[in-house]
Amino acid sequence: MNLPESRSTADPAPPQTGKIAKHHLEEWRGKAYVYLCVLLLVVIIFSIVVFIASRGLTPFISQGVSIKEMLFGLKWAPEDDTPVFGALPFLVGSFSTSLIAALIAAPLGICASIFMTEIMPKTGKSVLQPAIELLAGIPSVVYGFVGLSVIVPFLRHTFPGQGVGIMAGAIVLSVMILPTITSIATDALRSLPAGLKEGSYALGATRWQTIARIILPTTMPALLTGVVLGIARAFGEALAVQMVIGNAPHIPHSLFESATTLTSIITLSMGNTTTGSLHNNALWSLALILLIMTFLFVFIVRLLERRVKRS
Amino acid sequence: MIIEIERLQLYYGAFHALKNVNLSIPENNITAFIGPSGCGKSTLLRTLNRMNDTIQGVRIEGDVTIQGRNIYASDTEVEFLRKRVGMVFQQPNPFPKSIYDNVAYGPRLHGVTKKADLDALVEQSLRSASLWHEVKDVLKKSAWSLSGGQQQRLCIARALAVEPEILLMDESTSALDPISTTKIEELTRELRQKYTIVMVTHNMHQAARISDRTVFFLNGEVVEASETETLFRAPVDQRTEDYISGRFG
Repeated sequence: MNLPESRSTADPAPPQTGKIAKHHLEEWRGKAYVYLCVLLLVVIIFSIVVFIASRGLTPFISQGVSIKEMLFGLKWAPEDDTPVFGALPFLVGSFSTSLIAALIAAPLGICASIFMTEIMPKTGKSVLQPAIELLAGIPSVVYGFVGLSVIVPFLRHTFPGQGVGIMAGAIVLSVMILPTITSIATDALRSLPAGLKEGSYALGATRWQTIARIILPTTMPALLTGVVLGIARAFGEALAVQMVIGNAPHIPHSLFESATTLTSIITLSMGNTTTGSLHNNALWSLALILLIMTFLFVFIVRLLERRVKRS
Repeated sequence: MIIEIERLQLYYGAFHALKNVNLSIPENNITAFIGPSGCGKSTLLRTLNRMNDTIQGVRIEGDVTIQGRNIYASDTEVEFLRKRVGMVFQQPNPFPKSIYDNVAYGPRLHGVTKKADLDALVEQSLRSASLWHEVKDVLKKSAWSLSGGQQQRLCIARALAVEPEILLMDESTSALDPISTTKIEELTRELRQKYTIVMVTHNMHQAARISDRTVFFLNGEVVEASETETLFRAPVDQRTEDYISGRFG
């Protein structure tokens, strides 16, 4: 439409190609940098896995420990004349503390996020969310310390037993994973299309009916993702649990008796072993079990996420 | 007159969104609200089933009377009001449930539990929304697998399933293709036999095609309300004439 202008663009054509070449260079540099970062990340993760696996598999391959003994054996006596490596008590301890912690934290966290998004969205955003984020920032040693000086005495006075044990560990862990569950649930509830809620209200549903029949069922896979990530965090937590669980390497008869977990046995024993010894390698086997469990949790989360996307 | 609106004032915080609205809406009629964006037509529609209650900072003065009862009186049960005054939204918003469960959602809320009753209600509602023949063999399929137009008719069926007397349609065809729009317009004409329909539309031609009465809004005020024929052929107010002849908005 304006011919004179289009004619004038005809002659600065060469500088334009120079500009494009510069773009290519920038593009290439950016690409190279990003690829390098990813490569580094992959190499690091891969080496960690290979390292843990090579150490952790040695007892089974060349040091005469059977996988069956490790997974189902009840006795852990690594320094005996004929050492035994039964890790079942640790597995039981790890699973029971994390699962009980999730059972306590999941209803609390999900209800808190419903309150923050549906019932008092303003207060939720300005007061409760920062408070819960703060909870995530408290160091685990502090949680352990509070657990040791508050929860353990409380349990000791209220229930038979020493107070230390799975229940104490689970309570401490439940507070620690509450932020994970709550913040993931809050994100899920906030991302729910407003139209769904309006549609429900417009049919004469009360707030509670809308929460129970629309909001919770629709966001369930995402809520479960939060719970599984919470369990994964609880499973991997060492310090706080170690401080309150009692660290006795056997399966307890009640929730209020001393027990131990995979993580606490590793942290407690690793200083007393020499690299390459059977005992040291057996601890690596425990680390390998932890790693495999983490993969499993990630896998479950992926499955749940796929369900979220499909719906 | 099934709906009487008197001296209605509505504020969003400090913003005066509806200014002294007086309006009567007759029974078994299609009333269309037209006007430029932000003129308050959707806001007024949402006062009729009190959907504005869910928005923070809304203040309402004046009376809205439906079948002789002030719906803003303190003894009004909002849930019961919304059962009588159904609503269809701009974006089709079926629940992530099966087609059957979408339609049965409302009746279940209000205490219908027998399967035979629910089956009958679902079929009747889907027939009224002229969707039955398309979905009768796939009632268990997810409602989200339907096309946009089908989803919107499902939302109409869902609203009809609680047996309302009034149906509010908030630009219910603006997200749909022309063929689906025609279907919904035809459906709206049929539904007028049994229901009072109040619709907001961006599309003046749609108002002219299907409504019996048209109300023109500007800046939160009702400028003109009359028979559709009259309003489009011989508008009284200069601003109405300017709007329908495309001089602004």
